[in-house]
Amino acid sequence: MKEYQTITEISGPLVFAEVDEPIGYDEIVEIETPNGDTKRGQVLESSDGLVSIQVFEGTEGIDRKSSVRFLGETMKMPVTEDLLGRVLDGSGNPIDGGPEIVPDERRDIVGAAINPTAREYPEEFIQTGVSAIDGMNTLVRGQKLPIFSGSGLPHNELALQIARQATVPEEEEEAGEDDEGSEFAVVFGAMGITAEEANEFMEDFERTGALERSVVFTNLADDPAVERTVTPRLALTTAEYLAFDKGYHVLVILTDMTNYCEALREIGAAREEVPGRRGYPGYMYTDLAQLYERAGRIEGRDGSVTQIPILTMPGDDDTHPIPDLTGYITEGQIYIDRDLNSQGITPPINVLPSLSRLMDDGIGEGLTREDHGDVSDQMYAAYAEGEDLRDLVNIVGREALSERDNTYLDFADRFEEEFVDQGFDTNRDIEDTLDIGWDLLGMFPVEELNRIDEELIEKYYPESEDETAEEVAAD
Amino acid sequence: MSQSTDTDAVREDGVIESVSGPVVTATDLDARMNDVVYVGEEGLMGEVIEIEGNLTTIQVYEETSNVAPGEPVENTGEPLSVDLGPGMLDSIYDGVQRPLTVLEDKMGAFLDRGVDAPGIDLEKTWAFEPEVEEGDVVEPGDIVGTVPETESIDHKVMVPPDYEGGEIVAVENGNHTVEQTVVELDNGEEISMRQEWPVREARPSADKKTPRTPLVTGQRVQDGLFPLAKGGTAAIPGPFGSGKTVTQQQLAKWADADIVVYIGCGERGNEMTEVIDDFPELEDPVTGKPLMSRTCLIANTSNMPVAARESCVYTGITIAEFYRDMGYDVALMADSTSRWAEAMREISSRLEEMPGEEGYPAYLAARLSEFYERAGYFENINDTEGSVTVVGAVSPPGGDFSEPVTQNTLRIVKTFWALDADLAERRHFPSINWNESYSLYTDQLDPWFEDNVAEDWPEQRQWAVDVLDEEDELQEIVQLVGKDALPEDQQLTLEVARYIREAFLQQNALHDVDTNCPPEKTYLILQAIRTYNDEAFEALDAGVPVDEVTNIDAAPRLNRIATTPDDEADEFVADLEADVKDQLRDLY
Ligand SMILES: Nc1ncnc2c1ncn2[C@@H]1O[C@H](COP(=O)(O)OP(=O)(O)O)[C@@H](O)[C@H]1O
Ligand SMILES: [Mg+2]
Repeated sequence: MKEYQTITEISGPLVFAEVDEPIGYDEIVEIETPNGDTKRGQVLESSDGLVSIQVFEGTEGIDRKSSVRFLGETMKMPVTEDLLGRVLDGSGNPIDGGPEIVPDERRDIVGAAINPTAREYPEEFIQTGVSAIDGMNTLVRGQKLPIFSGSGLPHNELALQIARQATVPEEEEEAGEDDEGSEFAVVFGAMGITAEEANEFMEDFERTGALERSVVFTNLADDPAVERTVTPRLALTTAEYLAFDKGYHVLVILTDMTNYCEALREIGAAREEVPGRRGYPGYMYTDLAQLYERAGRIEGRDGSVTQIPILTMPGDDDTHPIPDLTGYITEGQIYIDRDLNSQGITPPINVLPSLSRLMDDGIGEGLTREDHGDVSDQMYAAYAEGEDLRDLVNIVGREALSERDNTYLDFADRFEEEFVDQGFDTNRDIEDTLDIGWDLLGMFPVEELNRIDEELIEKYYPESEDETAEEVAAD
Repeated sequence: MSQSTDTDAVREDGVIESVSGPVVTATDLDARMNDVVYVGEEGLMGEVIEIEGNLTTIQVYEETSNVAPGEPVENTGEPLSVDLGPGMLDSIYDGVQRPLTVLEDKMGAFLDRGVDAPGIDLEKTWAFEPEVEEGDVVEPGDIVGTVPETESIDHKVMVPPDYEGGEIVAVENGNHTVEQTVVELDNGEEISMRQEWPVREARPSADKKTPRTPLVTGQRVQDGLFPLAKGGTAAIPGPFGSGKTVTQQQLAKWADADIVVYIGCGERGNEMTEVIDDFPELEDPVTGKPLMSRTCLIANTSNMPVAARESCVYTGITIAEFYRDMGYDVALMADSTSRWAEAMREISSRLEEMPGEEGYPAYLAARLSEFYERAGYFENINDTEGSVTVVGAVSPPGGDFSEPVTQNTLRIVKTFWALDADLAERRHFPSINWNESYSLYTDQLDPWFEDNVAEDWPEQRQWAVDVLDEEDELQEIVQLVGKDALPEDQQLTLEVARYIREAFLQQNALHDVDTNCPPEKTYLILQAIRTYNDEAFEALDAGVPVDEVTNIDAAPRLNRIATTPDDEADEFVADLEADVKDQLRDLY
């Protein structure tokens, strides 16, 4: 392996060096600084005689006399089942004082795309125990469903609640017979979060014993920003290995994607690229897709990769490129809402802009319950109508509204208080969730329930409320 | 994609000069613009996109990690082309027409690189039934025979448009591979079932005509308010989650086209998997055959190489034109054209071209219009008529329609289905905003609806539009004073408008019955609402208070017509109308 002391330019996270042999695009580079530190980087552009290198660990301490070694291969993640229970830094080095990791294999961290013909369509219901998700925005195995949040909002609590409570109901029943049943694992990728936030996760993992079946990658706020571009790739490479080679059902939590995107922007700026919207690189959609699309199921393989990326929307603005591009790629999104949070609703999920695109095939008879889809639709429509009326009522007052409108207003309030506000420690099964839904829908006369099949109304419409409903109808 | 076949001249290999993502430059390559080349030791497929002196720029259709300067570049001397012939239906391709099932066989569940595969199976034999005999004279484009391609489609074997034509000297009946000659001409030209065509060039036609037949979509708001013509163009812009993909899939399922080409351009893998899973199970409402047997899928998902995303729309439309040449009505869906535009932008910025608006290349508008220009109702060069309808989804950043891709598309297409996040949030689907959307085809399609569905189709549509317009105005007042402050007749109008929205405009793609609504039923639902309207206003005129008028229990049944099976709908509506009349007349 040849060493060069030919650095010509250092600029932000980039280093340019002259070479006299062909260097491959994306190849891994080691740079040794005069005081003996070794930093890793990656070839961003390779031309005859000159390469540009993006340095993961920051360029501090690198000078023109530093030596540059090209490793002749792209970045790899050493994978093994023994990674479960381990804590690694953002570049994949153990930081938990545990034994050295003996890899089974070293995998390219830029995962190859899953051939769409080899995918298995995700349709296994994951019960998170959170009504606003299970009832209204159902998560399924192999889905990528991000949490759209804002700074200071309790997105971590929600992610932890999901990680703690997630089960696949049918499997529980069969667990006895099926001892080959795939196990559940968590891969946690932290990018630029504070030590305090990271501790929150670690403590919860330790308290619940989840750490044993977790692999934790942490790039903290004071770790190098460029490293954030590799952390999620290491995490996902590990997740894919555990899922598709070892049969685990892996839940990947990536937080905070906003920090990841900031790192992309920083590199783009250093390369003097033509910036796209609001200064983020034009290829950010493609780049994010190469992470998010690594969720899924594959025909004939037992495991699955389910992703819950977390992002904080700058200025709570969902048209900002980070949430916008994410929403265009992921299979829905869960919104954490600042207003609901200040009202003390926990988890403060706003269901209206939230969506699970894979819900339809994961619910219904034999999966959750026959009435699930209709109940969810009806509650969406009713809550949206109630929400609208809140604006109006501020202007004209309740008295100016019809009885019908007042019922919708009441529904919206009760929906938030009884359906959404369950707390971070309550675990509701899907039956409970849907029953609460019917309780609330019982506020309306039967004729208002135009999204629900008549047979289902007959079966589930709460008897006791009939009278009050009749009154409203007669009004 | 075509295998590089015989090239006219042996060309010199070039040498890689630089690699930056999907863009590679090479020196000493003897190439023309748009030639297909094989890049590096692994032979990654690429296309020449710029030539400057001795330096050639190539966009590579596969990942370029580890490719290094100094590696060779080999030129095929042929432009990027597709293989055209039987076997394209019931297939799924990537952006350069490599069959994804073949790739899965060769490299497993994950897409590896450096593997090529012909677009149509070269081994498989097809039963050729000639429609010509020795001594006949044929011209370019002429149909010489048919092949049963799928259960629902007879594939027409045609004289390639770039042949001269002449007298037939030999005809080979029976089973042949796509490369074998089935018809031979006196000038030595040999016709096989397979043709090649460069994707960036439109296939020739004799004439483009004004489209006068609707593409019946089975979707009420589209057929009823904003119809699309066979051979027409439509855009579906909307923010994420507003229903672009579902709308496109609904058209792919239920539109009365002969052939559907569905392009997943830079979108989700699972969405393609869903189509692959669902379409073989679903029946074409016209032929009763599996939908997949009229469908060709092209999938270049968001995580697949960006250069192939750029080419996938061309691959798709060339395939569409080929079936058009056979005399078929083809509907092409591209989801999403924004991702295609972004691929152009990405390549362009790597070329360090002068960026235009929002970083898109200055030729964005030209490329978009060239593409939509390939749609139309055509008289083919073989005198048959065929059409290509193009429906493009647009994904505006932040849902803001003022951005370049939406705006440039709007200048070209004639049907605009604007999706609305507000409607989607309240689960009003399809979330097509009735105030913003339009169709410029309504006038030329009305005669068809009058002849085939109902004479007063246009008038009834106008009635619905008027009620919705009035609702829109009234809502502004309601926002200030509340509904109860309105005069009774206006309150009633709001109620009627609500039924138009809930019973007519909304359509649940997930409901077994509601998913597809024939135009007769579309008409019927509106008619039932109108009957209610007329009866209710009569009751109001007779002095019945509006609360009583709107409270009759027959009215909410309007919302159930859509989910009533098609063959029971007439009776259901007859009963409903009778009940509405009885209940209302009882009040005065
Ligand atoms: N016509 C429809 N009927 C029922 N649900 C719909 C309809 N259109 C859209 N949806 C719902 O909206 C979600 C998002 O639609 P999709 O087409 O994927 O949006 P986009 O492509 O615009 O991001 C779907 O997953 C589905 O739940
Ligand atoms: Mg979509």
